[in-house]
Amino acid sequence: VTGSLADVVERGHVVICCGSGGVGKTTTAAVLAVEGARRGRSAVVVTIDPAKRLANALGLDELSNSPREIATDRWDPKGERAPAGQLFAMMLDTKSTFDDLVTRYASSDEQRTRILENSFYRNISSALSGTQEYMAMEKLHELDEGGGFDLIVVDTPPSRHALDFLDAPQRLLRLLDNRIFRLLMVPTRTYLRVAGAAVQAFIKTVSRVVGSEVVNDIVAFFRAFEGMEEGFRDRAHKVVELLGEPTTRFVLITSPRRDAVEEARFFAEKIGDHDLAVDALIVNRVHPRFGTEHAAGLRARAASLRDLRVGSKEAAAARSRLAARYQNLADFNEIAELERSHLEAVRVRVGSAAVAFVPYLAHDVYDFDALAAVGRLLFAGAGDADPEPWAEGPED
Amino acid sequence: MELAQFCSTSRVIIVAGKGGVGKTTVTATLAVAAARTGMSVLIVEVEGKSGLAAAFDCPSLGYEESDLAPGVRARTLTPDAALVDWLENNGLKRISKRLVQTGALDIVATAVPGMKDILVLGKVKSLDVQRSADLILVDAPAAGHAITFLTSAQGLLDAVSVGPVRKQATDVVELLSDPERCRVLLVTMPEETPVSELVDTAFAIEDRTGVHLGPVVVNGCYEELGVDGTARQGNGDRPGPNGSASAAAVQHDAELLDVFVSEREARDLARAAAFRAERAAIQHHQADRLAQRLPLPQIRLPFLFTADLGLDEIEHLADVFAREVKAL
Repeated sequence: VTGSLADVVERGHVVICCGSGGVGKTTTAAVLAVEGARRGRSAVVVTIDPAKRLANALGLDELSNSPREIATDRWDPKGERAPAGQLFAMMLDTKSTFDDLVTRYASSDEQRTRILENSFYRNISSALSGTQEYMAMEKLHELDEGGGFDLIVVDTPPSRHALDFLDAPQRLLRLLDNRIFRLLMVPTRTYLRVAGAAVQAFIKTVSRVVGSEVVNDIVAFFRAFEGMEEGFRDRAHKVVELLGEPTTRFVLITSPRRDAVEEARFFAEKIGDHDLAVDALIVNRVHPRFGTEHAAGLRARAASLRDLRVGSKEAAAARSRLAARYQNLADFNEIAELERSHLEAVRVRVGSAAVAFVPYLAHDVYDFDALAAVGRLLFAGAGDADPEPWAEGPED
Repeated sequence: MELAQFCSTSRVIIVAGKGGVGKTTVTATLAVAAARTGMSVLIVEVEGKSGLAAAFDCPSLGYEESDLAPGVRARTLTPDAALVDWLENNGLKRISKRLVQTGALDIVATAVPGMKDILVLGKVKSLDVQRSADLILVDAPAAGHAITFLTSAQGLLDAVSVGPVRKQATDVVELLSDPERCRVLLVTMPEETPVSELVDTAFAIEDRTGVHLGPVVVNGCYEELGVDGTARQGNGDRPGPNGSASAAAVQHDAELLDVFVSEREARDLARAAAFRAERAAIQHHQADRLAQRLPLPQIRLPFLFTADLGLDEIEHLADVFAREVKAL
C-alpha cells in the first residue's frame, strides 16, 4: 500500500516525527497536527525544545507540560476546518514528567519525597542522556491512555542518533535494574551479609574516585526507588506495543544535505530492524531547480560567454552580467542535482512511503500563517503524487 | 590580523555550534589555514562522526592519530574512550573493566553529570600539556549540548568535593578560563533560528564559564553574483511576475552581445538570479542582526554550491578564511 501524507493525518493515531537535529522536525510536527485538526480531528502536538518564536505562536511556555487548546480562530481564521477539528499543543518538560510519574506511582508520600529530594534522582531526571527520549515516550503513553485525542503528533529530541527514543525505555530500565546497586537496595543489615567483600571493595574504590557523598546518594536512591521499577517496565512494554500498532505512523524528516541524509538513511534501516516502517519522508529546505538544463552545459555556456570578444564597454558589462547569470543558474542546478542524488539513497530505503518536498522558504516558520503555507505545500496534492513538485522552482 | 597570529592566539580552539551549521567544515578549514602558516594541527573529534575524514578523502578516524593532510592530524576522543583512558592513568585499570561490564559506570556517570565531558576536556588538556601539536582543534558536540559540554566542569566542582574527578574538573576549568590556552569559536548560518540560538548560546557560555569567545564564523553566505550590484540596485534581478521583467533584461544583454538565449532559458536565468538575490538579502539582514545582538567580530565563509565537501572546497574556504582574518 502506498503511503500518503493524507493517510498520516487522517488515519494515523500516533505520529512519530523523527530525524536529525536542525532539519525542521518540530515545525513539521506542528504542520501535521494543524492539518489533522483542519481535517476534523482532535489533534495534539508534543513539541520538544521548540524555537522560541514557534513556542510563542503555539502559546507555549515552561508551564505547558500538558496539552493546551489553541483557539480555532488562530489556526483556522477562515473557518475552513471540518467539524470537530481541535488543536492542542504542549512542550515536553522532562523533569516534571518524571516527577509526575514518581508522584503518581509512589506507594507513599514518604517514598515520593525521598525520591524527589535525592540528588542522584535529580541527575537522572534532568541530565541523563536518554531521559528526554524516555519521557517523550511516557508522555505519549499518557496522552494515548487518557487524553481522548484522535491524533497525537510527537516530535523527538535532537539526539545524536535520531532513533534514541526507540531504545530509551530499555536503557533506563537497564540502569534501574543494575545488579550491583540492587544489592545495595536490601536493608542495611542484610546488605552487609549479602554484599560480599568484593562488592564492598568495589564500592569503596568508586567512592575514592568520585567521593562518598555521591555513592551514598546512589545507594539512597536505589533504596527509595525499590518497588517502582515494575511500573516503569510495564509502561515501557506498552509504549513499545503502541509504536507497533497499525495506526501508528512514522514520519522521517530530513534536509537534502549529505550528513542529514546519511542520518535519515541510517534511521530508515534501524526502524526496519525494530519491525517498523517509515510511512512518510519529508524533505525540508530543498533547493529549487530552474528549468531542465544540466549544470555542466550551463557552466560551459558561461565560460564561452566570458571568452566572447566585444567592442564596447556596454557590451563588456552585458557579457559579465550574462556570464554571471549562467554561472549562477549552473550553480543552483548543480546543487539541485546533487541534493536529488543524495535523496535517492534514502528514498530507496523507505519503500512505498510518501515522499514530499518543502523548498527553501524566504522566512523561518514561526506563526500559523507560515505553518499553513507549509501545509499547503505538503498537502496540495502535488506532495503526494509528484515527488518533485519543485522542478520549476518557486513562483515569484 | 595576520593568519599566523590568529592561529597562535591560543593553543586550543573549540569549534561549537548547532547541528547542521557546518562545524566540521569550519574545523577542517581552520586546520588547513593554520597548517599553511607552518603550524602542526591536531583535530579532536568528540562524537566519532565520519564527515571529517571523508572531506579529506581519508579512511574514518580512530582513537589513534592519523594524517589528514600535510600538517593536519586527527583522532577521535569519545567520552567512553576518554573514561577508560583516564581510569588507566589513575591506577584504576584493574577495575575499569569491571566498572564497564557491570554497568556501574553508567550509574556513576549519571550520579556525576558531565563527568564524561570533563574527561574528554581533561584529555584535551593533557594533549595540550604534552604539546601534541601547535594548535589543537576540538570539534565540539552539537547544539545545546555545547553549553553543557563547556559548563560541566564548573558544575562538577559544586557537586563533588573530593577525589581525582574533582582534580580533573579543576584542571579543565583552568584550561577553559585561560585565553592564552583556549578559545571557543562559535559557528552559525545567517538564518533566523540559528542566529537567535547562537546569541543565546554565546551569552550562556560567557555567563557560566570563564571561556573566551573568538570571532563568530558565519557559514554558508551567498557571495555577490558579480552583476555590477544588480541585486542591490534592483536592476533587472528584481522578480517580476514569473520573472518576466528580469527575463527582458537578460534578453537585452543577449541582444547587445548578439547571442541567442531562448525565452525559457532567459526566464530560468532571471529566476535563479532573483532567488539568489532574495536569499542574499535575507542573509545580509540576519548577519547584521547577529552583529547587533552579539558584539563579536564575524568571519564570513561562502556558501558552496556542492553538497559534498572535499579537499578543493576546503582549500577554497581556507583562502577565504585567511582573507577574512586579515580584515579583522
